[in-house]
Amino acid sequence: MSDLAIQTSGLTRYYADKCAVDQVSLGVPRGSVFALLGRNGSGKSTLIRMLLGLLEPTRGAATVLGEDCRRLSPATRGRIGYVAESHPLIDWMRVRDLESFQKSFYSPPQWNGRMFTAVVDHFGLPAKARAGKLSRGQRAGLSLALTLATRPELLVMDDPAMGLDPVARRTLLEAMILVTRNAGHTIFFSSHVLDDVERVADHLAIIDNSVLRVSASVEFFRTRVKRWQLSFAGTPPPLPLAKIPGLLAAHRDANELRLTIANPQPETPQVLASLGALSISELPLSLEDAVIAYLGERGEKPSLLQSTQLEGAAQ
Amino acid sequence: MDFAFTISAGTGSPIFKQIVDQVRLAVVTGRLSPGAQLPSVRTLAERLLVNPNTVAKAYSELAREGIIDSQQGRGVFIAPLRQIYTKAERARRIEPLLEALANEGIALGFTADELLEALRRKVAKINVPPPGRKIS
Repeated sequence: MSDLAIQTSGLTRYYADKCAVDQVSLGVPRGSVFALLGRNGSGKSTLIRMLLGLLEPTRGAATVLGEDCRRLSPATRGRIGYVAESHPLIDWMRVRDLESFQKSFYSPPQWNGRMFTAVVDHFGLPAKARAGKLSRGQRAGLSLALTLATRPELLVMDDPAMGLDPVARRTLLEAMILVTRNAGHTIFFSSHVLDDVERVADHLAIIDNSVLRVSASVEFFRTRVKRWQLSFAGTPPPLPLAKIPGLLAAHRDANELRLTIANPQPETPQVLASLGALSISELPLSLEDAVIAYLGERGEKPSLLQSTQLEGAAQ
Repeated sequence: MDFAFTISAGTGSPIFKQIVDQVRLAVVTGRLSPGAQLPSVRTLAERLLVNPNTVAKAYSELAREGIIDSQQGRGVFIAPLRQIYTKAERARRIEPLLEALANEGIALGFTADELLEALRRKVAKINVPPPGRKIS
């Protein structure tokens, strides 16, 4: 048995002439909680749909639980749980109908009725309610219950936190921690809620504009992205960008530059010192800030706040 | 009474480090005494709502520093106080903090005597038991 639950190699997908996923190669360790991060439209859902055999790759390959994603057997599909984006459900069915419908696809020992009831109760779902009448949080709870009850060895969730209120999001987090009770069960999920990602994920990947930029343990990622603050007597000089390898983002104001740098080298502080700053200090960097540095435009850019400030000053 | 951890996501400090720092501080301030039991990895992960691997990493760091003992099947306990670093290693670890204190202190206009006095008061407040002494 491979120690990777998911492995992709050069996985690529075009829609007509537009590339949605560009040669993505990554490995998801078995037993990990793996977060897939990226902006809307960066290719996360396309990647997930290919892994589940719902979308044919244009090029490249992927194995999921050891099987080619283009030819997943029914038995292997039965070991994968999928919580789709925005929680599609059969709207005219009642909660209890959906339960018996889902249950009918699984062998009795695999179906965990207790888990279904526990999750449904936790989200406050009445058994008689029709799926179409549920709130967003309740829909999330129901699709989570339907999926967790199948004891998935691999749980794949496409932006499960989207549109959830803080209470429902907390319950989602609890459900994910619950899955980690089964050693060897893997969660692969996409999300924009980085505080929750920080709590629950031990690995992450960042996709930007269809391209995989990062795939690492969360801990390793955090040690490899650093931010420095440089203070100057007057206006900071223009940046010799080419001279600062790994520069992800630069923010400037009246007499300070803040530089976020990937893979800083031992000589990076000296390179920064050569810019002529009065003082240089390393700033603490949150996971969210590190991820945002990867997702923005390369190099120097004003924030919206600064752009509007400059305009105000010109008036 | 169980030791209360407080964890926040979204800060500059990784969660495993927050756990390590809180245990370390609680030990030197005497809020956690040798022999006190910490929750299991699983229990603490579910209490704090964090990945169990994160708690396991914090515990293994604490064990490596000699602050806790993990006893298979029995649980996780605060270890008897002992000095586990060599003199050189202790000097290496304190150096960057001294550097920062001196730089920042001078920049803020403190004299050396004022800094020493402030540090002395700080240490007196923490009231560290002498190294190697066992307390129960």
